[in-house]
Amino acid sequence: MGGGPCASCKLLRRRCSKDCVFAPYFPPDEPHKFAMVHKVFGASNVSKMLQEVPVHQRADAVSSLVYEANARMRDPVYGCVGAISYLQNEISRLQMQLAVAEAEVLVCMDQMQMPQPQSDHEKCLLSASSDNVSLCDFQNYRSFNNHHTIQDPLKRESIWY
Amino acid sequence: MNSSRCAACRHLRRRCPSDCIFSPYFPSHDSKRFRCVHKIYGASNVAKMLQELPADRRAEAADSLYYEAYCRLKDPVYGCVGTITILCQQIHNAQCQLATTQAEIASLSAHSGLQNQYPATPTFNLIDQYDVASANWSDFNLQ
Repeated sequence: MGGGPCASCKLLRRRCSKDCVFAPYFPPDEPHKFAMVHKVFGASNVSKMLQEVPVHQRADAVSSLVYEANARMRDPVYGCVGAISYLQNEISRLQMQLAVAEAEVLVCMDQMQMPQPQSDHEKCLLSASSDNVSLCDFQNYRSFNNHHTIQDPLKRESIWY
Repeated sequence: MNSSRCAACRHLRRRCPSDCIFSPYFPSHDSKRFRCVHKIYGASNVAKMLQELPADRRAEAADSLYYEAYCRLKDPVYGCVGTITILCQQIHNAQCQLATTQAEIASLSAHSGLQNQYPATPTFNLIDQYDVASANWSDFNLQ
C-alpha cells in the first residue's frame, strides 16, 4: 500500500499485504482505534468477525466494534450494557410521564366537557414505541439478565434495577 | 474429575484448578455461555478482563460480557450497538410525543383557564452522549 502499513499491521509489527482485511478500516493515522479493539477482542477475533461479514457492511461492523471496545475500556464491569440499562430505564420513565400527561389531557377534556378522544388515538399516545423498531427478545437486557444471571455470593446490589 | 471442571476448562480441554478464574462465572452446566464469550473475546482476553477487576464485580462483568457476545453473534454487524441505536430512537420519539402531549395540555388549559399542574419536562438531548456516529475516539487515552 502506498501509504505504508495500516494501524493494525503497525501495532502487530508485520507486513501489511495488499489484501489486508484491516487496512480499509484502520488507517495509520488512527492507531488508537485498532489498539482498543485489539485490547478487548484480540486481532485474530476481529479478523474472523470481519471475514464473516459482507464487505459492504464491514465499515459498520468496525465502527460498532470500536464503540463497544471504547465502552468496555471506560467501564470494565458493564461496557455497553451500562448504557443499555440506563436507556431502558429512561424509556420506562418517559412512558410513565406520557401516561400521566395523557391522563391529564383526558381530565382537561372532561372538565371542559369536550368529546373524549378516539381510543386508538389514546392507545397511540400511550405507546411510545408503537411506531418504532422494537427490540428483539435478546436485545432486552432486563429479560436476558433474568434468564442468564450467575448467582454470586459476592454480587452486590446491581445498578441495573 | 471431568464433572468438576467448569465450562471454560472443559471447552479448553484442561484441568480446572481450584482457583480457576472462570469457574465461578462459567459453570459446567452452561457450556453455551462460555462458548459465546470465547468466540467473541477469546478465553485469554476474558481471563485478563476478569483478573483486572475486584472479585465482587466479576460476576456482573461476566454477565455483561456474555450479553454483548450473544448480541454480537446474533447481529455480527452491529452487536449490542444496534440495541443502543434503537433505544436512542425510541427515547427521541417518546420525548417528541411527550412534548406534543404537554403542548396539548397547555393549549387546553389556556382555553379553559385551568392552571397547568404539570410543568413541561426538560427535554435535554440524552441521546447525544450515546451517539455512535459522533463518538470521538481520539479522546480516549490508552494505557
